[in-house]
Amino acid sequence: MNYFDQDLTSLHADLVAKKISAVALAKATFENLREIDPKLGAFLNLNEEAALKRAAEIDAKGINPDNIMAGIPVAVKDNIVTKGLTTTAASKMLEHFVPVYDATVVEKMAANDAVIIGKNNMDEFAMGGSTENSAFKVTRNPWDVSRVPGGSSGGSAVAVASGQVPVAFGSDTGGSIRQPSSFNGVVGMKPTYGRVSRWGLIAFASSLDQIGPMTRTVKDNAAALNMIAGYDQHDGTSSKREVPDFTAGLDGNIKGMKIGLPKEYMDEGIDPKVREVINNAVKKFEELGATVEEVSLPNSRYGVSAYYIIASSEASSNLQRFDGIRYGFRADDVKNLEDVYVRSRSEGFGDEVKRRIMLGTFSLSAGYYDAYFHKAGQVRTMIINDFNKVFEDYDMIMGPVAPTPAFKIGDEISDPITMYMNDVLTIPVNLAGLPGMSVPAGFADGLPVGLQLIGKAFDESTLYKAGYAFEQATDVHKQTPKVGGAN
Amino acid sequence: MAEERINADQVQHVAGLAKLEFTPNELETFTGQLEKIIGMFEELSKVDTTDVPATMRLSDDTLREATLREDKAVKSDDQLRRALLNNAPETANGLIKVPTIIDESGDGE
Repeated sequence: MNYFDQDLTSLHADLVAKKISAVALAKATFENLREIDPKLGAFLNLNEEAALKRAAEIDAKGINPDNIMAGIPVAVKDNIVTKGLTTTAASKMLEHFVPVYDATVVEKMAANDAVIIGKNNMDEFAMGGSTENSAFKVTRNPWDVSRVPGGSSGGSAVAVASGQVPVAFGSDTGGSIRQPSSFNGVVGMKPTYGRVSRWGLIAFASSLDQIGPMTRTVKDNAAALNMIAGYDQHDGTSSKREVPDFTAGLDGNIKGMKIGLPKEYMDEGIDPKVREVINNAVKKFEELGATVEEVSLPNSRYGVSAYYIIASSEASSNLQRFDGIRYGFRADDVKNLEDVYVRSRSEGFGDEVKRRIMLGTFSLSAGYYDAYFHKAGQVRTMIINDFNKVFEDYDMIMGPVAPTPAFKIGDEISDPITMYMNDVLTIPVNLAGLPGMSVPAGFADGLPVGLQLIGKAFDESTLYKAGYAFEQATDVHKQTPKVGGAN
Repeated sequence: MAEERINADQVQHVAGLAKLEFTPNELETFTGQLEKIIGMFEELSKVDTTDVPATMRLSDDTLREATLREDKAVKSDDQLRRALLNNAPETANGLIKVPTIIDESGDGE
């Protein structure tokens, strides 16, 4: 079973009509995965025994006709903890870590009878934009296996793009859902900060992290966000706002919608072929009756610097918990307690994680705090104000997700700054806590290019409405990759 | 390039704060990379942030009210205790074991 021809609505209809059972669906998913995934490396760890048992329980009680997620196979990024199922965050530090509780989003999957198939590869602790920072394996882009899948939720994007699962859940701190979605031609939503509980998401940067769904279609994505959104008493930053039905209002009608296109998102730093895809998308939105006008986000250019100071500072603090004592990797032949800390951390963390810890510790250290950490927080305020100003006159902002399509494996990994600049268009959204979505918009030399839709806080609904109208007016989402898609 | 932004000694100092250690080769590579990244950060000094408050956390207006849950102890079972201890690198008698805290060689700090 691959998931190119059937969306959640059609799979759900088959499950309700008993044309297929949840067990048969899960078995077929693992069968296909075993054939496809050795070429791609999207999964770190499979949950086969438990998934089949769970599917049998779901069959036994019957598929709830009002629950579109019942019996649906889903994949989860490996920084989201799953009780009893090894969760590594793609780090040697957590190679043998077995969580004793489920993340809130995982509890919601279980409560909604979704079937967890396995855990996806990623950049270690979600730090990176190519999945090359995984301590365990290489993940390849199914459109061209010599290229990266993006990151850090690269495995999740590949699992969906190659038809291995219809839904995967990633996390996005600076673009980690949207950029791999763009690189793989799938729909990826980074919800508003506070929309989804972060309880059980292994913390990278707590003021920026959000969990979100990755799917083949916009409607499937809205259904998946319905499942995981909402207040959680375990996450004090989760919002008590009412969660709307995100699948409501997907009618293709966006007449009169006012959209801003930031000039900074279409400047010479963006690959001309990416700009062409975005310009064509703009034309399509205009044909659909929306107004698209140039706007400005003047401080977005400082986003990368502000982000790498803030995110690294928060990471340096969050990652102090890895000390080789209570869980995780402990170095051999240590002499004393200090040795346990230093050697376990030095041997357990990879280079990019160490770089971020060093940058964060430096930015927070005596004598540098004002010039770096505090200054970055001020620039963050200015970036938020830029968005607020645009949203006084516009319903939504759009532009590219990433400056280029997927690059070659090995091309950028040795140059941190080049790698960091991949996030230039996604970072401002995290700094402002806004919702952002990548929707497949076209191709550049056969590689997918995503269109980024950015909304007002807690207005994911407008992004879904616009994304759906655009998707239905194009055939981009019907294209399938070389590996898995067999075209 | 203007004044040196960060040198190997400072990197060594920061590594100490972060409980990390580097070989001489790694130290050289990291110093070079951090120098470049911190150089990039310096573009922020061009931004006039006079009287601009810093954003350190995001708060939805509904978040301004306390969303703290009641601080109530929840009893856990022995199974959970065992599962937790299974993740510890070294245990003894149902407790987490660590090496001697004071270096016995006598030259400790």
